[in-house]
Amino acid sequence: MIQAHRLTKRFGSFTAIAEVSFRVEEGEIVGFLGPNGAGKSTTMRILGGVFPPTAGYARVAGYDVVDDSLRARQAIGYFPERVALYTDMTVREYLGYVADMKHVPAKEQAREIARVMDRCGVTHMGHRLIGTLSKGYRQRVGIAQALLGQPKVLILDEPTAGLDPEQVTEVRKLIRELRGHSTVILSTHILPEVEATCDRVLIINQGRLLAVDTPRNLNRRLRQLSQIHVEAQAPLVSLLETLRQIDGVVRVEATHTDHNVVAVTVLTDPTKDLRGVIAERVVRQGWPLLEIRPVQLSLEDIFLELVHRPDEVSVNPGG
Amino acid sequence: MKTTLTICKRELRAYFGSYIAYVLTALFLLLTGGFFYSWLRYFILFGGYVLPSGLWQQVFLDMRYCAMIVLPLVTMRLFAEEKKLGTIELLWTYPVRDLEVVLGKFLGAWLFYVFMLVPTAVAPLVFYTFYQFDLGPFLTGYFGVLLLGTAFIACGMFVSSLTENQVVSAMGTYGILITFWYITWNESVASVAVIEGLLKVSLFDRFLNFARGVVDTQDIVFFVLFVLYFLFLTLASLDARKWRGVGAAS
Repeated sequence: MIQAHRLTKRFGSFTAIAEVSFRVEEGEIVGFLGPNGAGKSTTMRILGGVFPPTAGYARVAGYDVVDDSLRARQAIGYFPERVALYTDMTVREYLGYVADMKHVPAKEQAREIARVMDRCGVTHMGHRLIGTLSKGYRQRVGIAQALLGQPKVLILDEPTAGLDPEQVTEVRKLIRELRGHSTVILSTHILPEVEATCDRVLIINQGRLLAVDTPRNLNRRLRQLSQIHVEAQAPLVSLLETLRQIDGVVRVEATHTDHNVVAVTVLTDPTKDLRGVIAERVVRQGWPLLEIRPVQLSLEDIFLELVHRPDEVSVNPGG
Repeated sequence: MKTTLTICKRELRAYFGSYIAYVLTALFLLLTGGFFYSWLRYFILFGGYVLPSGLWQQVFLDMRYCAMIVLPLVTMRLFAEEKKLGTIELLWTYPVRDLEVVLGKFLGAWLFYVFMLVPTAVAPLVFYTFYQFDLGPFLTGYFGVLLLGTAFIACGMFVSSLTENQVVSAMGTYGILITFWYITWNESVASVAVIEGLLKVSLFDRFLNFARGVVDTQDIVFFVLFVLYFLFLTLASLDARKWRGVGAAS
């Protein structure tokens, strides 16, 4: 649904992105992750038809974003990083303007505008001037205009930036609800965001794509050791001893003791899932097992790994 | 075509949704009304019966200054405002041709100019109820003022597309228009050949025939070419985003 092939964009002597290639399949939600200035917005703007790439090509819904720009743009909904809307219009007027711009047929406009307003929770703000809305509501109107016309592809540039935590949750929920209806590519520099919403993640830094994979695979590929967090009511020394004897356990570290509850982190061979064995051993000793869970390496960790040791991870476009 | 009208509508909304339209219209009417009143007084006292070459010529010649003062303030926001606010980025993501954007904005500013121009005819028409003057030269003058203003708008829109600062946009337009006004100001500083060449491209001198009630196709062609030239320059200027980008590159 989205295809980028060796996209390169230079502004004068500055190279914003270099040789970025990836594919996004129909119905996928893909996260575009990278620090500020990594080239996320540049890539999104190329996909959105704002400007063409210096080299390489991109296709959206089968249309080249340069040669078939109008049809490509007809297929997308775009949410810009800087949510700039016409502040002198009311929400409803503005969405009416967008519907005209997107060639939504006149008799479907009222229904379509009502749909996106409802979807984004701005129905009760329809008659307010956009200039008088709070940042959160403007953001929602921004998303509403992207959704208008039911585009096949949604390009969302930092859709949760600048929102309060409750609004962030709402926007993420909204994006998850799009699953199956639209293909979504969203950029963010907030790591939990992709974990919360995305099927796959593209990691970009300094204009180059570092990795393309599912959050889970990235997790697996980058971990040398799996970590399991165990809490039990047991004497610490005996518990450590018992766990160390399990085949596949590399190391056991005590993390916390409180009265008679001890918490330990068990580092294990990543190819084996030892949770069952650990639980069984602890319980066999007669110790109440309070908690056992795998510790997920956060994308923060993954990202640091990739940025500092990019050669050790192969880029796998097309996933 | 439909998209052009959508953009035009949006521009008119921007003018009339804020104070801009009313302040600029008031200024324009104050200036044109003042000139009309003073020239009318003058011709009643000293002019006799030479209205076409006398009163109307003076009124329309002064009206071009009113247009020169007000129209750069009309066009300064066309692209500069959208660039400054960042709304231009979203505009480019809609299925719209650059030409449709340019024509839509141009048409919006032009219709606003027509809106300002119409009430200026009220005083002369009231005058007409007392004294049935020949309408031909009067209408020719208006046609000329409309063409001249159209040229100013095209020029102003181009300058607006170069910057995101509205003040720079207005000042730049004043610069260009005043240059066109000024190049034939003093005929003694250049040779006859040069002056004759300059007169041909001077917006203000081209207007002289209209003010006198004379329609010359050459003049019309000149204004049409002037407008087309600046529309083309505007398109070329918008094209620059393809290598310069929009806003911060990130």
